[in-house]
Amino acid sequence: MPGRTPVEESMTAITKQISEIYLLIRPLLTGKIVSTLLIYGILPILFFLSLFVGRYEVPPSHVVQILAAPLINLLPDQVMHIEPGWTAAEQNVIYLIRLPRVIAAVLVGAGLAIAGAAYQGLFKNPLVSPDILGVSSGAGFGAALAILLSQGSFIIQVSAFCFGILAVTITYLLSRFYRTTPSLILVLSGIIVGAFFTALISLTKYVADPYEKLPAITFWLMGSLASVRYTDILLIAPPLLGAAVVLILIRWRINLLAVGDDEARALGIDTKRMSQVIILCSTLITAGAVCIAGIIGWVGLVVPHLGRMLVGPDYKKLMPVAFLLGASYMLIIDDIARNLTSAEIPLGILTAIIGAPFFAYLLSKRSVGWT
Amino acid sequence: MILEVANAGYTYPRGPEIFSNISFSLAEHEVLCILGPNGIGKSTLIRCLANLYRLRSGSIRLLGTEMAVLPQVEIAKKIGYVPQAHEIIFPFSVMEFVLMGRAPHLPAFSSPGREDYKKADQMIDLVGIGKIADKPVNEISGGEYQLAMIARALTQEPAILLLDEPTSHLDFGNQIRVLEIIDQLADSGISVVMSSHFPDHAFLTSNNVAIMQYGSFMAYGLAEEVVTAENLKRTYGVDVSITYSHDVARHVCVPHKAGSCRCGGMEHLQCIGHPSVIASSGR
Repeated sequence: MPGRTPVEESMTAITKQISEIYLLIRPLLTGKIVSTLLIYGILPILFFLSLFVGRYEVPPSHVVQILAAPLINLLPDQVMHIEPGWTAAEQNVIYLIRLPRVIAAVLVGAGLAIAGAAYQGLFKNPLVSPDILGVSSGAGFGAALAILLSQGSFIIQVSAFCFGILAVTITYLLSRFYRTTPSLILVLSGIIVGAFFTALISLTKYVADPYEKLPAITFWLMGSLASVRYTDILLIAPPLLGAAVVLILIRWRINLLAVGDDEARALGIDTKRMSQVIILCSTLITAGAVCIAGIIGWVGLVVPHLGRMLVGPDYKKLMPVAFLLGASYMLIIDDIARNLTSAEIPLGILTAIIGAPFFAYLLSKRSVGWT
Repeated sequence: MILEVANAGYTYPRGPEIFSNISFSLAEHEVLCILGPNGIGKSTLIRCLANLYRLRSGSIRLLGTEMAVLPQVEIAKKIGYVPQAHEIIFPFSVMEFVLMGRAPHLPAFSSPGREDYKKADQMIDLVGIGKIADKPVNEISGGEYQLAMIARALTQEPAILLLDEPTSHLDFGNQIRVLEIIDQLADSGISVVMSSHFPDHAFLTSNNVAIMQYGSFMAYGLAEEVVTAENLKRTYGVDVSITYSHDVARHVCVPHKAGSCRCGGMEHLQCIGHPSVIASSGR
């Protein structure tokens, strides 16, 4: 080209090179790898960060040492050894208070999210949450009743779990009794049973001693992970994780239910059996979550939507992502609950105060596929 | 015979009888078209053939075996069912949607693998919707959705395809496209049962035609024998002409409408003195 110096020409060549390289790596930056790293990396990061924060101040270096010591001290002393440079109180805060609480948040958040996702597919309705069949109201009544009868925390949990399952059983039997459009009548039966148990909760509150038991019931129902211990986790982890594994194993087939019952049957699916399995698993998960954390709404509704925005509606990808995002969401909420003010903020309040505007924002993005 | 239906009857639970005494059989390569007025039970019959509803009387034999004793998975490996279009809530991509057809061939805890994707791809290409494979099924046109459902049924690798009014809700071009694909499938060895609202479609694709009326097959046989002016008058209550068209070398079915031609005898010799033209000119 006339009038161009060799310097100019080499500059354009370099610019061209750079833009070509950029075009090559752009898909890596914007595409799958980054979003995959984000989705899969965020949970472990949040998990460890959550151990660092709390009202009782533990220096970050101590947290690292406390966490690393048991592992490193397994090695022979000559290789590496950590001398305790921290106080016993600090160690107790990390291992007996924060760690069980963080594990519980992961279990509850992940469980509620995949239970919600599975129900949304089963009922072909994106507005369904895990308590649609009355499990939360039932469990809430079970806990309120146990508190009214002055029982200890173990009995409160068992009572909550059993009444949660009882409520869904009644819902299911009621829907069998009517024998019409299966999923619609199930939802209606769930509303009936939910209303009934909600009324029973109010009755328990009404007759409870207003100075001790009424506040205890009210706080329990608002949800908290503050008092979670390892024994609680050992109690609920097996049913919760077992049910979660089953839901994740059958996840691709939930797609077929989400399209339509008739079509699923024409494709060889035993839809009745499959909906029983989904209802059983989701109920175990939700009842387990309620009995250690109280009633926590919104996670099971919002997180599956967030997952669909990231990976689409295919349950093959959606379920693992909902599991991870649900756990991460719950960790963030619980971190806020225990750090924002000097008093604990109940989880049920935070999930909705943060969840509702977030959900409104998601819907406005219009990338969910409806609205 | 691939499918043998003998004296089939169906009654809704605690409801009225829909049909009874229906018998027919289906051979390889055969296309059976079921005509009949709205609400007569065509869809119900097709659902019975897909084993979604249980017959009240009679029997259906699939490749010689009584269908009532077969597990649904085995039926799904032989019969592909294409229902009438309905709304899908979740925005599955066309590819994800078509892949669902692999379900009867996959164990309960697994999901589709490379081979399954390949089969779904083939069928998407076969029905000619490759360009929209990544689009959500709730954003494509009615015709594309119908084709996607056919592709999904084909990934089941069935011997029989059941189509419930595959051409309703489609524009003229898409109707013919769907019928052409049904023709191709029949040539490749698949047997087809379809219901339709258009008697003319019976001439386009079918070997056999059944007219459903008064709770049974009022007429059943070759298209040319069954789709007659008299039968259609009894079924739909309208006058039609069945004539042989030399332009397209087949029978065509056209409804009468008095005075439809506006030439008044200037253009067509046949219009001069035609009773319907005379009758309408007096209006």
